[in-house]
Amino acid sequence: MLRGLAKRFGEKVAVNGIDLDVPAGSFYGLVGPNGAGKTTTLSMATGLLRPDYGQAWVHGVDVWESPLDAKRLMGILPDGVRLFDRLTGEQLVTYAGLLRGMDRDEVAGRVADLLRALDLAQDAGTLVVDYSAGMTKKIALASALVHAPRLLVLDEPFESVDPVSAANIRDILATYVASGGTVIVSSHVMDLVQRMCDHVAVIASGTVLAAGTVDAVRGGASLEDRFVELVGGRNTAEGLSWLRTS
Amino acid sequence: MVAHLLKLKLLLLRNSLRRSTWQLVGVVLGGLYGLGLLGLIVAGLIVLGTLDLDLMRTVVVLGGSAAVLGWLVIPLVASGVDMTLDPARFVTFAVPMRQLMAGLALGGVIGIPGIVTLIAFLTLTLTWIRYPAAAVAAIVCALCAVLLCIVGSRLITTAGTTLSSSRRFKDLSSTVAIIPLILLGPIFAGITAGFQNSPEFAGELADILSWTPLGVFVAVPADLAAGDALTAVARFCIGIGTIAGLAYLWHKSLSHALVTPPYNAVTRKGAGDLGLFARFPGTPTGAVAARAFTYWIRDPRYAASVIVVPLLPILLWFISRDSGDLSLLNYLGPITAFLLAWSISADISYDNTAFWLHLSAGISGTADRAGRVLALMVFALPAVLVFTIVPLWLSESLADLPMMLGLSLGALLTGAGFSSVLSARYTYNVPLPGESPFKTPPGTGFSMLAIQAIGWVVLMVLLLPEIALAIAYLVTGDAVLGWLTLLAGVVLGTAVLIGGVRLGGAWYDKRGPELLQAVSVNK
Repeated sequence: MLRGLAKRFGEKVAVNGIDLDVPAGSFYGLVGPNGAGKTTTLSMATGLLRPDYGQAWVHGVDVWESPLDAKRLMGILPDGVRLFDRLTGEQLVTYAGLLRGMDRDEVAGRVADLLRALDLAQDAGTLVVDYSAGMTKKIALASALVHAPRLLVLDEPFESVDPVSAANIRDILATYVASGGTVIVSSHVMDLVQRMCDHVAVIASGTVLAAGTVDAVRGGASLEDRFVELVGGRNTAEGLSWLRTS
Repeated sequence: MVAHLLKLKLLLLRNSLRRSTWQLVGVVLGGLYGLGLLGLIVAGLIVLGTLDLDLMRTVVVLGGSAAVLGWLVIPLVASGVDMTLDPARFVTFAVPMRQLMAGLALGGVIGIPGIVTLIAFLTLTLTWIRYPAAAVAAIVCALCAVLLCIVGSRLITTAGTTLSSSRRFKDLSSTVAIIPLILLGPIFAGITAGFQNSPEFAGELADILSWTPLGVFVAVPADLAAGDALTAVARFCIGIGTIAGLAYLWHKSLSHALVTPPYNAVTRKGAGDLGLFARFPGTPTGAVAARAFTYWIRDPRYAASVIVVPLLPILLWFISRDSGDLSLLNYLGPITAFLLAWSISADISYDNTAFWLHLSAGISGTADRAGRVLALMVFALPAVLVFTIVPLWLSESLADLPMMLGLSLGALLTGAGFSSVLSARYTYNVPLPGESPFKTPPGTGFSMLAIQAIGWVVLMVLLLPEIALAIAYLVTGDAVLGWLTLLAGVVLGTAVLIGGVRLGGAWYDKRGPELLQAVSVNK
């Protein structure tokens, strides 16, 4: 689905020709160290950031040739961006639905379902600016789900989400994939990716180091060990000896 | 411990100077300004000592009260002016309360404003040098007055720590703070006029102030100089009582603040209230309008512009009163229309990165532009109509109404159309969501001023037909020309509005990702 995507910011090449095939109906994990280019790649794949080179397709639709058609198929949860946080949670998700041209009654029904599924019904009338970090993630996820997309692209969806809500979200995503949807998540938590995803790609310095099914990539070892082996950079120094309390 | 706190304050002051050369230059300039001001005050106070006793008393009381008032009010309006010794930062340290208070109070004197105030008050001794008893009392009173300033402003900052951690309060205060700023001119004009109109006004004001905590301390030496020891003692007692009361309140609020970490009290509210989203049409355009209108009410950056609208007549009235010609007030409608239409020209910059939602939803540029214009029109149209009709009605020149309506509607419609294009093409650094509307973000400067200036010129050019017809009407007095202005305003305005929304929409569709990238630089 991604072919030779590349982006440079000034001198720095953030993403250097990434090719990725995400099979329809897969639960795809994107892992990499900080600054590897995960967010940039996902932004280019979802039509938020114009790539300097390369193309991206969603179910055969070129994201940059016919952006409107492609965006209809996608639900996006970007990382490190603001929300319209002076709206209440309920208003924000409704807004996301109406912007997509959905019918008001249909939006209302789905918003109620989503708020309940994500444990936000109690705080639906609170302004998003007053939400905690985890609640903000969840309301953004609800905004990405409201138009029932065929592909979900989630950048760090579990960051600062409490364990109960994270489990609920995993259930929602698993059901979604089982019913034929495709999910791409980026994450730092290898354990989570190993348990949750069926495919994974390891990205570092803007290139793909390994990609394929989770089992093929980890090759018997745990995904975390394999990741560290691929990316390198572990500190094994003795430092901070004064920190020992005995 | 007190010494530690003072050292900390000095260290903070020094380090803040080290941070950048330009900041140092700023502080040096500020220091020179303060020094110059201080020199003038000292010289003035010494000269004052040679004048008539009554006049001395009036000037000293007025000046002293203003200084104390400044110390109390400035932390209210400009929250975070001097939060270097913010009590909230001492929460995790176990500092005994008495020492903390003493340290914070003395720390308050360190810094340009504190030192200037202290020296100015002490100079009062020289003012009263002809009356030895008064001069001695002036030293004590100066110290007490400075103590009053410090304790009062500390009390307000401490009480503010608890309040300002609440978002609701922050939003409200940063919205309302624009009112005194806008009215600063008229207020000064009013006070000056009061002095000019009646020479007794100053004396009467001083009489009242000298019995309030603001003026008691500076009034005491004057009483002694006049030989009225009893009044002096009474005033002094009022002052000391005030300090004690403020110190007690400060003690209470400080001990409260130290055990209450900043906590944002949020009332949880369930679903069911869609607010404006239930009132606007359930289309993308309607949704954008509902969102934009919600922001006009809830976001201080927008709400501040709304609050300015009812203040405009007052402001215009003051401007035109000085020149003695009230006809400027008749143009209230067009001026309001122009300013309001301009206010959506940075809409996407104000969205900041929240704009991604529009981009990822694939909403058409036309719908986005139209929604924002719709939200503006909902309140701008009635406001402009009222502001156009009422002044003409009051000045009994309703015959000018067609011409004036033409100008107003022309400015509003044309301006909204032009703003729709502008905000889809240019973004600039504006205060971020949640920041104070007065904050000037770094890097604003020239490019923004240039865009604004050029934008205003272009908008004026677009309005030329209406303006030309209006001038022709005013020169000839031909009613037909007045009606032509109205026609031009409505027809041309609507044309520019539709064209602007279309063109802005097309650019928006083409440059969506670039716009998002441009606003995300400023986050």
